[in-house]
Amino acid sequence: MDRLDELPFTLRTALRLYRWRRVSPIAWARLAHPLAECRVAILSTAGMVAPGQPPFDAAVKGGDFSFRVIDRATPVATLIDTHRSRAYDHTGIAQDANLAFPLDRLGELADGGRIGAVAPRHLSFMGSITAPTRLLRQTAPAAAELLVADQVDVALLVPV
Amino acid sequence: MLEGRGIVTCSVTALPEITRRVAPPRSLAVPYPLGFPLGAPNDAALQRRILEATLALCARAPATEPVAFVP
Repeated sequence: MDRLDELPFTLRTALRLYRWRRVSPIAWARLAHPLAECRVAILSTAGMVAPGQPPFDAAVKGGDFSFRVIDRATPVATLIDTHRSRAYDHTGIAQDANLAFPLDRLGELADGGRIGAVAPRHLSFMGSITAPTRLLRQTAPAAAELLVADQVDVALLVPV
Repeated sequence: MLEGRGIVTCSVTALPEITRRVAPPRSLAVPYPLGFPLGAPNDAALQRRILEATLALCARAPATEPVAFVP
């Protein structure tokens, strides 16, 4: 766990001063089935893309609010880290993309009966979005629609 | 957004101080630095334990205070 006061000064200050958005009040969802029967999708902000997909664009003002759909069959080792942030160490993810996009681990949990199934499609975002309005108004509803279409019960959020 | 569509969300977090300000309904605070949300590369057992602990939060009532992961 990182403590804010142990982070580099510029990052620490940016995180402290940023106007974090809360999505409350909201009617929280409840599981319709036991976890062992639930379909789970990953939503990661590590900026991973599959081979052939365009990288995230660090030049987009306010942050790249697009997302990539990662097919369940994509070999994890082929995922490419296109997150340009230097606020964190990328070396672990470079060694093993499961660290931030745990498709293999989710498959093992499904094989072991701990979850019902791995969703057919997973979502990759790039974090560092400082102006989140387009994310909230355009991208997030589209992402939710996709997961609803795939009858996903649980979204596992993996921010880096 | 997802919860409003009936999808239960759970999150890992390495920065609980920030997570408290966003207040997602279920989060697991992990004792690892930014860039290492599931603990360590190529440590499948640890990654699985973190995932299971995170997913287990889905069966509980939402609580915006992050739950500490004990390795």
